[in-house]
Amino acid sequence: MLTSSNTRVSSTAMPTAEPEIQVRRRRPSRRPAAQRPRRRAGWSTLLWVLPALTVYGIFVLYPLVQTVNYSFYKWDGIGAATPAGFANYQSVFTQSALYVSILNSFVLIVFFTVIPVTLGLVSAVIMRELKGRGIGTLIRTLLFLPEVIPLAGAAIAWTWMYSPNGVVNQALRAFGLASDQHAWLGDFSTALPAVGIIGTWVVTGFCTVLLLVGIAKIDPSLFEAARLDGAGRWAEFRAITLPELRRELVVCVTVTIIAALASFDVVYIATQGGPGYSTMVPGLEIYQLTFIRQQVGQASALAVVLVALVLVIIVPIQRLGRER
Amino acid sequence: MNMAETATTRTTRILILAVLIVFTVLPLLSMITTALQKQGTFPSGLTFPTHPQWHNFVDAWNAADFLALLKSSTLIVLGVVPAAVVFSTLAGYGLAISRLPGRSLVYGLFILGLTLPAEALVSPLYYELQGMGLLNSRWALILPLLGLFMPFGVFWMRAAFQALPAELSEAAEIDGASSWPMFLRVKLPLVLPSLSSLTILFFLWTWNQFLLVIVLINNPVDGNMAGALATFQGEHGTNVVLLCAGSLIIMAPSLLIFFVFQRQFVRALLQGAIK
Repeated sequence: MLTSSNTRVSSTAMPTAEPEIQVRRRRPSRRPAAQRPRRRAGWSTLLWVLPALTVYGIFVLYPLVQTVNYSFYKWDGIGAATPAGFANYQSVFTQSALYVSILNSFVLIVFFTVIPVTLGLVSAVIMRELKGRGIGTLIRTLLFLPEVIPLAGAAIAWTWMYSPNGVVNQALRAFGLASDQHAWLGDFSTALPAVGIIGTWVVTGFCTVLLLVGIAKIDPSLFEAARLDGAGRWAEFRAITLPELRRELVVCVTVTIIAALASFDVVYIATQGGPGYSTMVPGLEIYQLTFIRQQVGQASALAVVLVALVLVIIVPIQRLGRER
Repeated sequence: MNMAETATTRTTRILILAVLIVFTVLPLLSMITTALQKQGTFPSGLTFPTHPQWHNFVDAWNAADFLALLKSSTLIVLGVVPAAVVFSTLAGYGLAISRLPGRSLVYGLFILGLTLPAEALVSPLYYELQGMGLLNSRWALILPLLGLFMPFGVFWMRAAFQALPAELSEAAEIDGASSWPMFLRVKLPLVLPSLSSLTILFFLWTWNQFLLVIVLINNPVDGNMAGALATFQGEHGTNVVLLCAGSLIIMAPSLLIFFVFQRQFVRALLQGAIK
């Protein structure tokens, strides 16, 4: 105790020496030389940032401002634009064709986020003690495949899976469930979940591997202590695994929610939003409004709502991850 | 009893793992078996190819104009990735060493773009590039992708430079090194692992970019592999055998590069997510 307080005293004594040095530095003759480099290190940093800021400004910030700007006009993309006030925003929340796309993307969050994160968590916990490094690498590689191929490729593979002759119906026939056969992507009641499962397929492996790596980082003594306390699997999971995986879970949830809300690629290939509007998502609706129906103002209002929606959902989740 | 319990839990574990792997592999396996069937037939999703028709891949190669696609994709990657990595590194370093009061504002401006879906930018981007006369050229992909990669790149490289020990800069400052030589000789070599992960991620995102290609490029041979998938599906959607063969060929380069660099890929994707 005494020695530690001693070192503390000596360490507080150190800073008192510093002002003396600074006082000495502040002699007029040395002053410009000592300050000039510091000031240059300040302003010259702007030069380092300039190339990045230029491309970012021209091709991201400027279009973003333009999106907001367009959203207050009625414009067909060619002729003159007429001011529309908040009419475009009003339509986003009152025209069913528009708000349905937002509701659909909420349903997709179940398939892109809730199911994969749950599946990933369960598999990661279960695989924790499954050893064998050679197999581990192979499994990791296989689970990562969907993350590496283009989403459009995943959508083509699954469109074939869901088709009348595809694997899903083939499996149903094999199990004697021929009456349950479906054109999965063509049916109003099954199209959205079917698109959702494509998302599940793409992100589940990624979540599993991410959570597995997270579990491997947990101090094994924590699990040992829990076992000595007589904790069961469930108690151990709730008291140790879940809190310790907080960071990885937040990452999984954030990445997959953004994927669900911006699911243009998969929907464009698999269903084009159909049948009807049953699989329409904001990204595809923005595309169709701008380039097919020539309602640029309306598309922009939906885009602004989409950006706001992502922020409203993601920012609190990020806060949750930063606690502790 | 304890032994029996561990045996059943072990079996359950392996079973769950097996289900997960089958779920992951099945769609790709179905594509491969279908691609080897006879063209013009209507095979079921999983049919063992008794007489594998390897020639389908040659047909698909020609139908997809594969060499032109490969060339175009490579040109786009060369236009985007090196510049994006250099810009991100410079800006990340600048923001890490900056003492300017406005630095957090500039950094915040970049962070703002991290969650921005490209869907929200495509309409104005289209008209902007049209005004520049770049629409339907590869520049219409290269320049916007450069901009879109900056938030993550700057975020990533700033974190890498900030993680370096502070004594390093102090030592170099005492030696009288100005920031450029210090950047090149002292700090850059130390962030090379982060730099290579960033390169892999930028490559993957460029190669797989779909939305911008669909919106900004008219002729598929000016686009990339991912965009070509939509064209190929549009043209050969009814010929499922050729569609599967073509999709596999178009996806082959990404798969090939993934298998060669899989360790780096997995590391990059995991790090990229956590930071």
